[in-house]
Amino acid sequence: MADRAAGSRTRSIWPLLAIPGTVWLAVLFVAPMYVVLAILFGQVDPILRQPVPVWNPAHWDVSQFDYVLRHIVGPDGFFGPALMRTLVYVLTASALCLLIAYPVAYFTARFAGRYRGLLLAALISPFWISYMMRMLAWVNLLQNDGLVNKTLSLGGLFDVHVDWLGGHAGTVVLGLVYGYVPYMILPLFAGLDRIPAGALEAARDLGANRLETFRRVTWPMSRQAVIVSMLVTCLPMLGDYFTNDLLSGSPRTSMVGNLINESVLTPGETGQAGAFVLLVLVVSLLPMALYVRASRTGAEIRT
Amino acid sequence: MSTARAAGVAEGGSSRRSLVGWWKDPWRRPRLLLGITLLYLLWSLLPVLIAVLFSFNAGRSRTSWQGFSTRWYYGDPLQSVWQDPSLHTAVVHTLWLGILATAITIPLGVAMALGLDRWRGRLPATANVVVLLSFVLPEILLAVALLFVVTVLQTPLHLGTVGQVVGLVTYQLSYPVVIVRSRLLTIGAQYEEAAIDLGASPSGAVRRVLLRMLLPAIFASTVLVFADVIDDFVIVRYLSGDASTEPVSVKIYNTARAAPTPALNALATVLLVMSLLVVFVGHRAYRYFTRGERDSSGIDVFAGEV
Repeated sequence: MADRAAGSRTRSIWPLLAIPGTVWLAVLFVAPMYVVLAILFGQVDPILRQPVPVWNPAHWDVSQFDYVLRHIVGPDGFFGPALMRTLVYVLTASALCLLIAYPVAYFTARFAGRYRGLLLAALISPFWISYMMRMLAWVNLLQNDGLVNKTLSLGGLFDVHVDWLGGHAGTVVLGLVYGYVPYMILPLFAGLDRIPAGALEAARDLGANRLETFRRVTWPMSRQAVIVSMLVTCLPMLGDYFTNDLLSGSPRTSMVGNLINESVLTPGETGQAGAFVLLVLVVSLLPMALYVRASRTGAEIRT
Repeated sequence: MSTARAAGVAEGGSSRRSLVGWWKDPWRRPRLLLGITLLYLLWSLLPVLIAVLFSFNAGRSRTSWQGFSTRWYYGDPLQSVWQDPSLHTAVVHTLWLGILATAITIPLGVAMALGLDRWRGRLPATANVVVLLSFVLPEILLAVALLFVVTVLQTPLHLGTVGQVVGLVTYQLSYPVVIVRSRLLTIGAQYEEAAIDLGASPSGAVRRVLLRMLLPAIFASTVLVFADVIDDFVIVRYLSGDASTEPVSVKIYNTARAAPTPALNALATVLLVMSLLVVFVGHRAYRYFTRGERDSSGIDVFAGEV
């Protein structure tokens, strides 16, 4: 009774507080997405090469979208390779991220002891270092006369001239791993930290060895965190074009982000950029549903 | 299971036995994990430290050391960060964007968090989904969408500082909402009800009770948003008007592959120091705000993890 009374007394204030932010997001986040659709399914001014948005979905023209779709597969499929590459790079890079982040997060959560806070700060410090600076660091190291080649030549003993920045898939994938690993460590750490040490001790007491304990206790209990951390790294990677531009700059390694970046700045191709944006949006919304489910169940476990 | 263990103990051979014994010892130190962690730290931080080191190089090279100097910071009359107007402008513009975007994002986001947390219905539920979407969707989607709005439609928005700030606020708004809401979960409704029972008006209860209790969370999100904004690249690049509204990250992107001088490293280092300083001071103050609370190291809050 008292609850309801207090609730009614403060009821009017909550919508007032929520509305400015909600309107902001509606006008500047949701509506712009619709503008992308209106441009993608709109017309192009034949003289000025300017996009002419069409607001009414009944009059939408699918020719620009159709153009992009027709050039993904088949003999004229010049967009296809970049899309495939995006898939392969993102999956490879996030698998490598997990391979690095899981043991590091596990160690920090279980064994770091009194160095835990310090270690955690060091692990997530790349978070606060600009992504561009971290890529610049690698551009410097991977120059033809850079420190990596110098180290590999063991001080001039061998003649090493690897052109790391000349468009190698390996360099780009390593760049992606380097760039996005910090985002993965934290959710994994949070997930692993929640596993009670007692559960692992019980498994060992009951005769499971290390591998079995991991396979049957630790891994199942951290699966939720693994899913969340994979999504947290995969989704931003999908839209990445700058890692590629800085570490390769070659069309041989371009990803869907590069397709967006190149067409968005070319007159007459804005519709194409819109098509790729729509593709990325659809591809990210799918795992988003998973993410929402994972975070919802995660919240239930937490409380 | 027990047979496997027995076999391990029974197996002869002194060196093998000690190795097996070491492997089976449940209290052995996790050397392998420690090794991986230290290697990872080295790999993740050493390249940046080397880049910082070369910003103090006396020569033009970014790959061979030619002695210590601060010429790329202020000594060089033409190309140092201090003297070159384009680098100088980039630093000032970055800071300016950080201040403006944070000043708008935080009040908007905190109010939204309070409202969405207590307001029940379909509209707030939808707004919640939108917040979550803006939290995880790739940044380039929002950047392209806003670029279209600015360049194709007739709106008050234009490329340059206004467009950049609006874009940044939209992208960052979810941070204070998520952080403040997770703190609200631990507070509950009883405090503001008590305040109202004691005669406070609803707005007074929010202002004088809830906001006070939320201060650490508000503070943490301020630091986080500022540090994130000054490192932003995708949105600020698409919405920058001309060279005068290009912040540090865009400068780095534009010149990293075009034979730059160590002044670029110096520029990046200036930004790095600003970020780390803000986060360090912020974390210290956060610890002070939440002193006496259980588990108040709170370092994870500063990376947006709640």
